[in-house]
Amino acid sequence: MTHNGPVLGSTRLTEEQLLLREAVRVLADERVAPRAAAIDREGTFPEDIRQLLAEHDVFAIPFAERHGGLGADLLTLILAIEQLSRACATTGLILAVQSLGAIPIQIAGTEEQQDRWLPGLASGEKLIAFALTEPDAGSDPSGIRTRAVRDGDDYVIDGGKRFISHASIADYVVVFAVTNPEAPKPSRRLSAILVETDRPGFKVARTEHKMGVRGSPTAELAFDRLRVPVANRLGEEGQGFAIAMQTFERSRPGIAAQAVGIAQGAVEAAAAYANQRKQFGRPIGELQMIQALLADMDASTEAARHLLYTACEEIEAGTADAARWAAIAKLVAGDTAMRVTTDAVQVFGGYGYIDEYPVERMMRDAKITQLYEGTQQIQRLIVARSLLSRS
Amino acid sequence: MRILVMTKPVPDPAANAERLGPNLRLDRAASPTVVNGNDEYGLEAALQLVERLGGEVAILTMAPTTGIETMRKALAMGATRGVLVADAALPGADIPTTIRVLASAAATQEFDLLLGGLDTSDGAGGAVTAGVAARLGLPLVSAAALIEPDEASRAVRVRRLSAKGYDVLEAPMPAVISCTQALGTPRYPTLKGIMSARSRQITTLSLADLGEELLPPDGQWPSRVLEVQPPPGRAAGRTITGAAADAAREIADFLADRRLI
Repeated sequence: MTHNGPVLGSTRLTEEQLLLREAVRVLADERVAPRAAAIDREGTFPEDIRQLLAEHDVFAIPFAERHGGLGADLLTLILAIEQLSRACATTGLILAVQSLGAIPIQIAGTEEQQDRWLPGLASGEKLIAFALTEPDAGSDPSGIRTRAVRDGDDYVIDGGKRFISHASIADYVVVFAVTNPEAPKPSRRLSAILVETDRPGFKVARTEHKMGVRGSPTAELAFDRLRVPVANRLGEEGQGFAIAMQTFERSRPGIAAQAVGIAQGAVEAAAAYANQRKQFGRPIGELQMIQALLADMDASTEAARHLLYTACEEIEAGTADAARWAAIAKLVAGDTAMRVTTDAVQVFGGYGYIDEYPVERMMRDAKITQLYEGTQQIQRLIVARSLLSRS
Repeated sequence: MRILVMTKPVPDPAANAERLGPNLRLDRAASPTVVNGNDEYGLEAALQLVERLGGEVAILTMAPTTGIETMRKALAMGATRGVLVADAALPGADIPTTIRVLASAAATQEFDLLLGGLDTSDGAGGAVTAGVAARLGLPLVSAAALIEPDEASRAVRVRRLSAKGYDVLEAPMPAVISCTQALGTPRYPTLKGIMSARSRQITTLSLADLGEELLPPDGQWPSRVLEVQPPPGRAAGRTITGAAADAAREIADFLADRRLI
């Protein structure tokens, strides 16, 4: 850790976590940060950054050693996503999406399925996406219309998905489709099916033009008589909804980590600017109104970070309330990132509103953390339900 | 190909926290440490050679036992094992002593090439690698920009930086080579490298293990630091104003006067 670098807490982290975080921080500062503005401006997936993450085993973090991974715990993954997002939210998202797509295989895949798909994901040679959302089914997955109809040893999938991160560049997409339309409970109608994207009938309908995380492609998918072996189904028929919800318990902390990382990047940029920008004959950092902004930004980022770390420990320890912890972490971190980046723009004044400095990008990037993997309203719904069920 | 690389933990120049403690010795607790830059260039060259030719890269360090942390960084880049010479009598050792101890430790290892930095970013004595070669009675090729061993002829060819470019020299192996930035950018350790470095072997040797009386009999190093001064501050720059063509001419004259162009 350098003395001039960011203040990074070390309590509770293991030696292994500290070493890996430091290695990812150096990569983020020296290799990713110089690319961040161009990635945002160009709005194309940064293949060079994907190679960088692959070469340095960053993709390997959340995978078991027998699949070529590092066998690290959830908190270690979160530390890596946080450090990458500090420099570039798109880059943090590359790791978060890879992990998100792999979780259904990790929690519901057979040993044979895991051996088939996970090593390529751990090495970064293959990319994966997670496809639940549809044009008319976002917060409410019971509205999912994509159908998977059994035909011998295959499913034939028809329908489409929308707002799917990495779907246009992925080798695999985990598709949630209706296999049991007659099931009495909507939560028993879905199945999770891994689709190789080179199969006939798989089509990328378009990619979106987005406000932020612009290097991360977000695609609309169309399935037209897409034939996939039944052997590609993860878990049992009708378990899809449960698999998706369990996935979010481990993936939402990743979005919270992205949010904390973006906020941290904004705090550091604003503090550096406050030391250097002079008005009224002195650095604006000496003005109490600026100091108050900076102090609140720093304190709330730290608070969100430690809530997230605690959530990771609870989830990893197998708490019965993992969904609540994941929701709380994402809710607080996402709202913190939005507020902190908005205040960072305020510290910069007019300079914060133009792309000469990174804070306007950070503010645009922060917004998505309040929207995807469940809007903040859905997170509040989860927290409130958990609270009321115990009262 | 067996390559032994001497790596010294030095204060991280990026931290800008280097300071002196009592007796004008470096306060090693004041700053995070990194592998000395020129040593790291040598290590990168060694790793590339072994990737191409097979064999192993080991590292040799003389440092307090706290130097193990920095050795792990070198192991994380891909070195197979480490040898640490640590002894309570060594802090503050002068250049001749450092040369004697490192030469003695290197002699316990088998190697085709022994690499070290041209100098270090802390002490900057610039004599140790050459001194070790002299002490071991091995050929030295200094200021390497490219290292090309030929196992068949048991010789190594080195591009040595010179004032006007480079000279190509050849020496029989085993040989000692002092390394420079011109060897190329060191790799970042991979995360798997970092994890596996934690279990790689580091052998710690004391002066007694080296089986030689390496300390001066009266406890005094032959040379001592008497005084340390910071470099003088930079003088204010000179701003040249005026029409572009005139200003350019003035800048060119200024540089030409100093034989910089």
